[in-house]
Amino acid sequence: MQAHRKYDFRNQSYAGEQGRLIPLLQQAQEQEGYLSREGLLRIQRESGIPLSQIYGVATFYAQFRLKPVGRHLIRVCHGTACHVSGAIEVTQAISKHLQIGNGETTPDRMFTLETVSCLGCCSLAPALMIGTHTYGNLSPSSVVKLVKKYQKGDHP
Amino acid sequence: MTRVLVGLGTCGIAAGAEDTLRAVTAKLGAAADGVELARAGCIGMCYREPLVEIRHDDGTRFLYGPIAADRVERLLDEHIGQGKPVAEWLVWSSRGEGSERTFLDRQQRIVLANCGVIDPEVIDDYLAHDGYKAQAKVLADKDPDGLINLIVESGLRGRGGAGFLTGMKWRFTRLAPGPHKYIICNADEGDPGAFMDRSVLESDPHAVLEGMTIAGYAIGADHGYIYVRAEYPKAIERLNLAIKQAEERGFLGDRLQGSDFSFHVRLKEGAGAFVCGEETALIASIEGKRGMPRVRPPFPATRGLWDCPTSINNVETFANVPWIVRNGAPAFNRLGTKDSKGTKVFAMAGKVKDGGLVEVPMGISIKEIVFDVCGGIKNDRKFKAVQMGGPSGGCIPAELQNTVIDYDSINKTGAIMGSGGLVVMDETTCMVDIARFFLEFTQRESCGKCTFCRVGTKRMLEILTRITEGKGQEGDIDLLADLAQQVRNSSLCGLGQTAPNPVLTTIKYFRSEYEAHITNRKCPAHHCAKLLTFTITDDCNGCTLCLKACPTEAITGSRKVKHVIDQELCIVCGECYNACRFDAIIKD
Repeated sequence: MQAHRKYDFRNQSYAGEQGRLIPLLQQAQEQEGYLSREGLLRIQRESGIPLSQIYGVATFYAQFRLKPVGRHLIRVCHGTACHVSGAIEVTQAISKHLQIGNGETTPDRMFTLETVSCLGCCSLAPALMIGTHTYGNLSPSSVVKLVKKYQKGDHP
Repeated sequence: MTRVLVGLGTCGIAAGAEDTLRAVTAKLGAAADGVELARAGCIGMCYREPLVEIRHDDGTRFLYGPIAADRVERLLDEHIGQGKPVAEWLVWSSRGEGSERTFLDRQQRIVLANCGVIDPEVIDDYLAHDGYKAQAKVLADKDPDGLINLIVESGLRGRGGAGFLTGMKWRFTRLAPGPHKYIICNADEGDPGAFMDRSVLESDPHAVLEGMTIAGYAIGADHGYIYVRAEYPKAIERLNLAIKQAEERGFLGDRLQGSDFSFHVRLKEGAGAFVCGEETALIASIEGKRGMPRVRPPFPATRGLWDCPTSINNVETFANVPWIVRNGAPAFNRLGTKDSKGTKVFAMAGKVKDGGLVEVPMGISIKEIVFDVCGGIKNDRKFKAVQMGGPSGGCIPAELQNTVIDYDSINKTGAIMGSGGLVVMDETTCMVDIARFFLEFTQRESCGKCTFCRVGTKRMLEILTRITEGKGQEGDIDLLADLAQQVRNSSLCGLGQTAPNPVLTTIKYFRSEYEAHITNRKCPAHHCAKLLTFTITDDCNGCTLCLKACPTEAITGSRKVKHVIDQELCIVCGECYNACRFDAIIKD
């Protein structure tokens, strides 16, 4: 395991606190990008919570991933406002351009495509997030341009 | 000192407000003294983002939008340099000018009063706008029962959707015995199409914190949790900052404002489960478990977080509380209708011209919100329906646009008030597809505990999907209605009980659309791809663009000769329709 991925649960604020499992999983995912088997085992060893319970929580919530993701996570909003403004077409355009489906990662591990329920910026519909950046008022053609920018490395 | 404020909510940032801020910073660095730069939250005029406000010493305010970075130079030169407001970009001013003044002037702002006005990252700004005065009053009065009576008298009802009287909830929690009591702020705003809570948390986080401390004092709680969606990073960042600032100034933490009352607040990030908006599921999630609801009673007011009495209220509910304490119950009571008092914040989205956040008094009609406040329908298309209450709500058709906004009138239509998402639909929206869209959502988000919710929603989704694909069968509508009743009656929590609402309301008001899909195999809104046929008209000049776009080689023709679509080969993907630049392809 690389040095920057090490974490010591005894030395952080959630250890020993009731209801700490979800924050622990969130931290582990933040560091590795996903929840690896080793990561879950480590949480079990250091927190004493049974692995079955950890796995149950990790698979219940949409935020947790048990598979690695690409460098850029594209989350296309499929909320109501985005749906009526053409979110499906936007998703299809990305899907066609990158040749990946919903939940899949490109072979070069650059992009992962996900659809999400609502990003909460409905007035910008249809919208998506790449990493932590939000983009709005998209169309099938403008979204492909946006993804191409990321492919060229020309992004924030 | 003249202040220049840049609106930095999530929508504003997505529209480029950070670039605008950088441009203003660069420009002001070179300008003369006497001008101060500040950040603000979201004023709610999302359709005109990025917004910049210039506020003078004498209190006059000028709001400009959209101000992209390249407009900053001229704006500051003319307005501040030469003292001439730039009329063409002016959307609102305190002198009664601006192109969008009806949008703001028709509103009545209690919850959003500070949104876009103060800098959410500076506690002094909040203090300058009566911040924490309500807390001081409550601590000085030393009368928790009187405080609860005040909230009951004000008629404030829970803004999360169900509309339970907030004061009664507090009273039950106060009366319940327990070693500890907790306050939870439900900021797990999961309804697709709703972003009111995000905006309030981003633009005025201290108001929510102050409301929580007052609730804590009323019921005798010493700890509070804010359960906020992880999808709202900006809100989380600003809340964390606000908590830290309030603790430093003694408005949170031990011995608030020197009194003997202590109240601590912690932030809990959700992990992406819609069902956690339900109070017992939310509690399970804070406890670190799978967020699944349990049987009520016992209600959280008697047995909530860690089996202690707990009061769970919505963000908007808390944001109302300081205002009510400062202004008294009658001032709040005056607004609204007989059983629904005060104002309601709506997130306007979909096919509406001026989408954004509006706060209107209860009792206003749907028509007034859509047409008078928000300017009507985009591209002047025909108004068809509004969707209220997200996946738990329903569609209210244009014929009922005079329905007034209050809990009971909305319930009568089959929709619910919900948390405040209001999605406007026009003639191009297919109502069967909307029902399918919501069922897809609830089916995915069902936690799986109750059979009818887990399996019933799945079966309903299958039926709706086959209808939109042109494979609907006679009797499908009755089957849907029957399943809907069973899912409603046999589910434990609100998610399952309300999941059929979108289907039931669309069947009730748009039955003919369902029938057209099933018997005529047509989608009247021309939305459902599988039910469309594409044909090329005589306007075709033979440019071959559609021919190249067609993935199945269903289009034949040559340059400058009208093309033809072979319906046998066509897979109705719509690529030709999108490719055509001469409107020579029609879909029917």
